[in-house]
Amino acid sequence: MAISLKWINDFVDITNEDKIELANKITKSGINVEKVTTTNIPNLVIGHILECSMHPDSDHLHVCQVDVGNATLQIVCGASNVRKDLKVIVALPGAILPGDFEIKKSTIRGVESNGMICALFELGLEEKIEETYNKGITELGSDAIVGENPLDYLGLNDTTYELDLNPNRTDCNNHLPFAYEVAAVLGKEVKEPDISFKEINEDVNDLVKLDVTTNNVSMYNLMIAKDVTIKESPDFIKQRLEVAGVRSINNVVDISNYVMLEYGQPLHFFDKDVVGDAIVVRMAQDGEKIITLDKEERDLTKDDIIISDGKTPLCVAGVMGGLNSGITDNTKNILIEAAIFNPYNIRYTSLRLNLRSEASLRLEKPLSYEYCLKALKRACHLLEKYADAKIVKGIVTYDKVDKKPKVVDVTLQDTNAILGMELTNQDIKNILTSLGFAYEYKNDTFKVTIPNRRQDIYLQKEDIIEEIGRLYGYDNIKPTLPKITTKKGEYRDNINFRKIISKRMRSLGFNELRTYTLIGEDEKDKYNYNFGTTIKLNRPMLKERSYVRQSLLSSLVDITKYNLNKKYNEVLLYEIANVYWEENDEYMEDTKLAFTLSGNYLMNTWNNNVYKMDFYFIKGIVENILDFLGLSNRYSLELSSNLPKEIHPKINSEIIVDNEHIGYFGKLHPSITKEDIYVCEISLTKLINHKTNDVKYQEINKYPVVEKDVAFIVDKDTPSIEIQKDIKRAAGKLLTEIKVFDIYTGDKIDKNKKSIAYNLTFEDNTRTLTEEEVMEKFNKIISKIIEKYHAELRDK
Amino acid sequence: MYKDKIEEINEELKSVFTNIDKEQTLENIKVEYMGKNGKISTLNSMIREVPNEEKKEFGMAVNNLRNTFNELYSKIKEELENKEINEKLNNEAIDVTLPATYIPVGAAHPIERIIETLENLLMSMGYDVVEGPEVEKDLYNFELLNLPKGHPARDAQDTFYIKGEEYLLRSQTSPVQVREMLANKGERPIRIICPGKTYRRDEDDATHSHQFTQMEGLLVDKNITLGDLKGTFEEVAKKLFGSGRETRFRPSYYPFTEPSVEMDISCFNCNGKGCNICKGTGWITVGGAGMVNPIVLKNCGYDPNNWNGFAFGFGIERLAMLKYGINDIRVFYVNHDLKTLKQFNRREY
Repeated sequence: MAISLKWINDFVDITNEDKIELANKITKSGINVEKVTTTNIPNLVIGHILECSMHPDSDHLHVCQVDVGNATLQIVCGASNVRKDLKVIVALPGAILPGDFEIKKSTIRGVESNGMICALFELGLEEKIEETYNKGITELGSDAIVGENPLDYLGLNDTTYELDLNPNRTDCNNHLPFAYEVAAVLGKEVKEPDISFKEINEDVNDLVKLDVTTNNVSMYNLMIAKDVTIKESPDFIKQRLEVAGVRSINNVVDISNYVMLEYGQPLHFFDKDVVGDAIVVRMAQDGEKIITLDKEERDLTKDDIIISDGKTPLCVAGVMGGLNSGITDNTKNILIEAAIFNPYNIRYTSLRLNLRSEASLRLEKPLSYEYCLKALKRACHLLEKYADAKIVKGIVTYDKVDKKPKVVDVTLQDTNAILGMELTNQDIKNILTSLGFAYEYKNDTFKVTIPNRRQDIYLQKEDIIEEIGRLYGYDNIKPTLPKITTKKGEYRDNINFRKIISKRMRSLGFNELRTYTLIGEDEKDKYNYNFGTTIKLNRPMLKERSYVRQSLLSSLVDITKYNLNKKYNEVLLYEIANVYWEENDEYMEDTKLAFTLSGNYLMNTWNNNVYKMDFYFIKGIVENILDFLGLSNRYSLELSSNLPKEIHPKINSEIIVDNEHIGYFGKLHPSITKEDIYVCEISLTKLINHKTNDVKYQEINKYPVVEKDVAFIVDKDTPSIEIQKDIKRAAGKLLTEIKVFDIYTGDKIDKNKKSIAYNLTFEDNTRTLTEEEVMEKFNKIISKIIEKYHAELRDK
Repeated sequence: MYKDKIEEINEELKSVFTNIDKEQTLENIKVEYMGKNGKISTLNSMIREVPNEEKKEFGMAVNNLRNTFNELYSKIKEELENKEINEKLNNEAIDVTLPATYIPVGAAHPIERIIETLENLLMSMGYDVVEGPEVEKDLYNFELLNLPKGHPARDAQDTFYIKGEEYLLRSQTSPVQVREMLANKGERPIRIICPGKTYRRDEDDATHSHQFTQMEGLLVDKNITLGDLKGTFEEVAKKLFGSGRETRFRPSYYPFTEPSVEMDISCFNCNGKGCNICKGTGWITVGGAGMVNPIVLKNCGYDPNNWNGFAFGFGIERLAMLKYGINDIRVFYVNHDLKTLKQFNRREY
């Protein structure tokens, strides 16, 4: 799709404009010209072959003497159709043909050649196919004037613009609306196309009856053109359609496309003799069928608008015609439709049927009723001129369009206040005039009438001010800062908490990741720790991205494995992200912190000072975070049997803060991986609710402390934490610290037993403890543990 | 007699301290002379034999002897100690050129780095950082933003819908603005930025990602101009891409702003001359913005006759790609190689 400037020149005089500069001006005004292409090739001239003889050293080359106006040149030519007296296209030395092929003076098999006689395909103006190749060089008519530009003679000299448009201005992909933009930046006037024609003395209302039974049509017009001659289109229509990327079919079909590319209003031509004398526009019924032009049977729904002859569907409105009602080589009489439908229905239908055509794309946007009527008449004009049509008098119309003019009040003050520019009233007047917007200036106010062709402009002053601003030029805006109160910005809600945790994780050595929220069927139930109902997308793009995840671990574990495969020795990764699920018809959100680790900590490549990260390491990370948050003594980390199946049942912990379960950590189950990978996932949303107080300084104890060591032999599966709790309970306040300093299992004790050695610290920060009172507590501890765990004391 | 003895010891002291290389030898000498039965200590017992008038002289001579000994002893002692330390130092020598132990400190994700840079700048300009849900209502993501159902601009943002069409994965962070305006009930000025994840039905390739990150800003107050937006944008551009950047606005279209603009910076690579990065134009588009459309203000409870403001939005991946010279957006989400991540383990600015 491109805009032909030759076509534009029909509406605005741009003959003397520099086409590149013009493109820049238009782009600056907000209509983005993405690419400028010109067919003009310098150093092409019309030549006349005065003499043509065989090359002395070749069986197919000819040596020609060619008159190019100011000289007669000798040119060697290999085409089979080259002959004396022919008028041809000559590329002189210096001409650059497509593919950066520069024509130079040369010697071909000993004969001097001063240029090249060309075919259109060699100039990039025709496709290079067998047919064009076999035609040989392009033969110009005898009326071609020697020395002049052959592309001008052929009408092929054009510059085209490819546009990258904002969705509100797709009308500019049509020539007349684009011409208005050209006129606006140049301050020129637009001359609209000729829509005049003669009418024959028959009334269209006698020939066709229209019935519209749906509210999804705002305007529907029919006219009739009789006795058309179907033939090839004139060259200018063919060339212009080609620029726009539309294939030429015949004069009648081409005219409907040509008018669409002019106004942006799609037309539909029916064979009047096939459709009969009744047209009914209605919504289809569910299950109704139509065979469309492409011979496909289509199922219709109640949201599709159709055109019918009162019985069967003839056409899916705005999307595609039916198989039998369209224009054929035998068509004599044409029923011309120009309509505006509800864009939503057109969009729905074309998307559902996967039929997105130039017509449907235009009908998906709001259209101008003025252009709708003009396009209808323009088609009649062209059919009369290029298809010998006789136009039947009158229009059959269904019309629900609100035609009240849209008038907006704009003042200079408003304009400058919003744009931050310094325009004058005269500037505004000039711009409104160049845009072709009618206005009245009264009491310091512009009463601007929005032209019907500009369906994108909403009835509010800002829309007009934007038009003024974009044409005045945004380069004129002076940068300022808002004149408002100074205040300090801050992180709201839980963002700061998340950032603090994130920084802590990095300081502990973890690298931050961002992985996808969307996961696949296979992953959606992994690491299921109290999951709710998983959210599924209606229309996923990929199976692997069709569910909203509830755990970050699946992705993190994949990346951990990836990095272990890459032989990285130390892998520490974390991610903080929101997860979502459904609960009682509501969507719930939780901010998760997940991290994984594997390999060695504090690595050195050449000595063995490494710590292989294990369960106690990840436990240390968890405790580090909780202690950092001031939650010491408020959490417990205990083996759980309720964790996801991906977690090792014997090497894990549930994280419980103030009796609330906030997450878990552990080693990955051997069925998931053979590597030692440890993972953790915590709900930050829950964690943040456990508030803590500020640091309160405590004076360091000045009195001596007493330390005692004791080792118990207990059953192997006795959790140390239980023993510690009992020690604490038995000892009371004087016991301030319990350290495990040795674990032993082995030959020296029963194989179902283990020995745990504790180092106990007793102190009181108000006095020196006596040996007797410490021993009393110590003995109490020993007897309690022996009694409760059937423990034995281990001799040192 | 005693004089001979003293002279004899004096002579001995001149040579006895030579060639001592062990501390033990030195200590033996100390015992030999200064020990209980040492040669110097025992001189004292000779005092009885010294005539009275010479006793003082004798005392001084013995004292001198002692002092001489101690001086020599200390000197040698210090020499020996120095020698020992020097030996120890030599023995402790290591190859300091061997590789260091790696101290693991993690890196922030490049997306997070850009977000925090912008947050820090804009918070200093009074913007609060606000977030909102990624599973969002169509109402907030589209309808109230002047994007009713069937609106052509919804085309550009093919959306992941959930359960009917009432809910979706937000296609932009603008719904956070809507929520903020509704929460303030048209009563208070607003200055926020909202960074966050967004989702569109794009096929993942080098320049498209179905999940990406936006940061939008919203300022609602009184008498705000497009010039204020431009000034604000200049601050952002300079913060991210250096003080030499020039900025420009180009007309654009967003349903939620009127007028709407594209925000460009002069190319940081070629300084506007034209290169690969700016595709020869000398300018790079880094975001979209505009004056808040009065329809949106009205929809969200603000009377457009009393309030106006601007909104702007940046694609964080795009900024990060430009800033760090990354040419494949998937680097941010897949191929999470530690070698990639660790490149971002250093400070900037």
